[in-house]
Amino acid sequence: MNTRTLDPVPGHDHGHADGHDHAHDHAHDHHQPHGLQRWLFATNHKDIGTLYLWFSFVMLLSGGVLALMIRSELFQPGLQFFRPEFFNQLTTMHGLVMVFGAIMPAFVGFANWMIPLQVGASDMAFARMNNFSFWLLPPAALLLATSFWVPGGATAAGWTLYAPLSTQMGPGMDMAIFAMHLMGASSIMGSINIIVTILNMRAPGMTLMKMPMFCWTWLITAYLLIAVMPVLAGAITMTLTDRHFGTSFFNAAGGGDPVMYQHIFWFFGHPEVYIMILPAFGIVSQILPAFARKPLFGYASMVYATASIAILSFIVWAHHMFTTGMPVTSQLFFMYATMLIAVPTGVKVFNWVATMWKGSMTFETPMLFAVGFIFVFTMGGFTGLILAVTPVDIQLQDTYYVVAHFHYVLVAGSLFALFAGFYYWSPKWTGHMYPEGRGKFHFWASLITFNITFFPMHFLGLAGMPRRYADYNAQFTDFNAIATIGAFGFGLSQVFFLLFVVIPTIRGGARAPAKPWDGAEGLEWTVPSPAPFHTFETPPLVK
Amino acid sequence: MLFGMAVLASFPAQVLASAPEVTGRPVQHQLNLQTPVTDIGAEIYTLHTWMMVVCVAIFLAVFGVMFYSVFAHRRSRGHKPATFHESTTVEIAWTIVPFLIVIVMALPATKTVIAMKDTSNADLTIKATGMQWKWGYDYLKGEGEGISFLSNLSTPRSQVGEPGVAPTEKRSDTYLLEVDHEVVVPVNKKVRIVLTANDVIHSWTIPAFAVKQDAIPGFVRDTWFRAKEVGVYRGSCVELCGKDHAFMPIVVRVVSAADYTAWVGKEKARMAALADDPNKTWTIDELKTKGEKVYAANCVACHQANGQGMPNTFASLVESPVVLGAKAEQINVLLNGKHSGKYQTAMPAWKQLSDTDIASVITFTRNNWSNKAAENIVQPAEILAARSK
Repeated sequence: MNTRTLDPVPGHDHGHADGHDHAHDHAHDHHQPHGLQRWLFATNHKDIGTLYLWFSFVMLLSGGVLALMIRSELFQPGLQFFRPEFFNQLTTMHGLVMVFGAIMPAFVGFANWMIPLQVGASDMAFARMNNFSFWLLPPAALLLATSFWVPGGATAAGWTLYAPLSTQMGPGMDMAIFAMHLMGASSIMGSINIIVTILNMRAPGMTLMKMPMFCWTWLITAYLLIAVMPVLAGAITMTLTDRHFGTSFFNAAGGGDPVMYQHIFWFFGHPEVYIMILPAFGIVSQILPAFARKPLFGYASMVYATASIAILSFIVWAHHMFTTGMPVTSQLFFMYATMLIAVPTGVKVFNWVATMWKGSMTFETPMLFAVGFIFVFTMGGFTGLILAVTPVDIQLQDTYYVVAHFHYVLVAGSLFALFAGFYYWSPKWTGHMYPEGRGKFHFWASLITFNITFFPMHFLGLAGMPRRYADYNAQFTDFNAIATIGAFGFGLSQVFFLLFVVIPTIRGGARAPAKPWDGAEGLEWTVPSPAPFHTFETPPLVK
Repeated sequence: MLFGMAVLASFPAQVLASAPEVTGRPVQHQLNLQTPVTDIGAEIYTLHTWMMVVCVAIFLAVFGVMFYSVFAHRRSRGHKPATFHESTTVEIAWTIVPFLIVIVMALPATKTVIAMKDTSNADLTIKATGMQWKWGYDYLKGEGEGISFLSNLSTPRSQVGEPGVAPTEKRSDTYLLEVDHEVVVPVNKKVRIVLTANDVIHSWTIPAFAVKQDAIPGFVRDTWFRAKEVGVYRGSCVELCGKDHAFMPIVVRVVSAADYTAWVGKEKARMAALADDPNKTWTIDELKTKGEKVYAANCVACHQANGQGMPNTFASLVESPVVLGAKAEQINVLLNGKHSGKYQTAMPAWKQLSDTDIASVITFTRNNWSNKAAENIVQPAEILAARSK
């Protein structure tokens, strides 16, 4: 019998005999919301997933435009296009928009779409809260975007918003703080929803250790989010009261400590980077077995490795702060703890390679992005290990080496995994197959231009070019010019993705069967493509 | 593709390598860390090289296996999938082996960390103060004690250009890496740098020394170096500190003991000249000429060359009530700073400038642009008097 009797709109899922009175079904079909109402009052996990994905894509392109403005200024030394104070606004907003607007909501969009389908649930646990957690995001984005036009412009304190520079900013800073509060509240609600859905609404027979890896990584990520988003909220609230209400949390003259802000921020910030990569690990762990036609190698150890990374992420935060001047024991502790993370991360990479080993592989676009992810993400992993070593980090802190490192893990890592996930699941979302040739072109264009953009930054950083610089000494010119050319190529590749892959796939294309990938496993492939508005009204039985 | 790019990029660097080696600043197409001139720097250089070798070896091994699999185990080659998906032995092995590798990497690094933190027994102690957007230096202890100066970017605006205004002068090799007043230290002596900041966090670095330490307002941190070769070593502020973050470089000139003694003598003489008789009465033209220079070195970054500052950020001096009003208030602002709350950035205190500098810059602002203050001249003696209040 139906476990969710409160569904206002019974489903079209006629493929499943579910004991519903069909006349009753049809009577309600006319109430299926259309137009603006469908999206504004959306409670369906698929609609909300779609909203999240579109929101994050718009933010990705906006953040991308900011990035290209940065790269244009840095094409040559000197100041050509922007004054330094505006340049600082660009770098700050690029970071905030990409982290909080693009990558995080994109993964929540995937979670909304796929977790109920993967665990055999009819919807997310809290459908109305789900609506609220999405609709908090557009106002937050609006606050960030409009802050460019207030006196003093957008906040220019860097995405980390270090005090006391953040107390010097104009009202743009307050708007950013409010925007981050909204996004944080949204994340916390989204996480609660995901945890409750996964823990309470799995189909009968689906034990935790039978769950798809994407659900596992998101379950762990959701706990991380609940643990650290309030910490960020605390840090920026203290900044707000320091700015306006006479407190001195981060002001030494009043007995505070600017470095305390960094401790609090990075206690959030380091788990945050795993929040942005763990679901990516999950997506890749779904795709590799499907296209190697061989089960994921070491499922249990993948779960344990993910959990280990999550736990370790709470005790490494101060490796972002080696140059603030810590006692030698703290430097050593944070160096050792950080290097330890290489172990579970290594286990994951080894397991992926073992999954591919002796498979029967084909290389459709999802697989290309997944393999590309492993290859390029691992480069970012290695530079992370090198940066973990305190003395080397002190040489490279706040240089372009760090910029290269985190773009290798966030763009080639998180973003490539998101692309892989799009190509893998879009047949289920849209009911159409994406154009394979264009998908492959998107992959190769992204991979090559990504490396043209970010590989030279390693050299710049080693040679000592500081990050967040509007102008640089002339010896750095050529690598910066190469990076700028690559960045425009990368940006164009994503416009190509939107215009020639995403939109055509939504509008039409070859009909996708229920299970377009012969090696794919999981409940999501047992429902038709496109997935009907309501699925699994009767939970499936998992053997 | 990547390796190809690296080889391509290294080509000009190899050509350059036959020329005399450049130290103390980056060179064109540089691919690696700057040549170290301290023991710590050399250790870090080796550590980094060694880690790179280990990482590249692991990378090649893992991706050798992966790409072999990608080519051999494809369906198009008729490969049938195996079914294995678990092996506790293998899992334990590839947990323990990386763990051991990581330990082997951490051991030499530990030694270096401990050495870097040992700031004891310094021959010379210098305080560096980060300010928006310049560095101040005070020689606290050792030969040269008492020397004090500000260090500003000396690259002319005509090399930088502005949005819409092309630079009119060719950029030098030390573009944005040159200052009007370099820090001078003796070779082979342990120099301890004590750091703090006036406004926001800055960070002091010389890559060739492998030294980098944040300067934190209200707190004191320290670091040290012992430069083993005479030369000029350049670095930049590396913690985002606002508008002119990219325009406050650090230059350290390492000289022989004899040259250092000579420099100390010259600096002492300069300091004595600066402290010139505050009771001397200057003419208004003398003060205006001197004041213009002081303004260009210290004030122009915020208040701008046209004196109009920036809306909501930096106060305008043109027709400002403080500049046009009673001179006592303007003297007070320069000596003690001001944070009215009307502008995002506070006016810092400038008491480290000499009496003559402060008097002349006040006189300059009171008679420049469209300003015609009633009290149009301030003498150094008045600053001296205000200081003791």
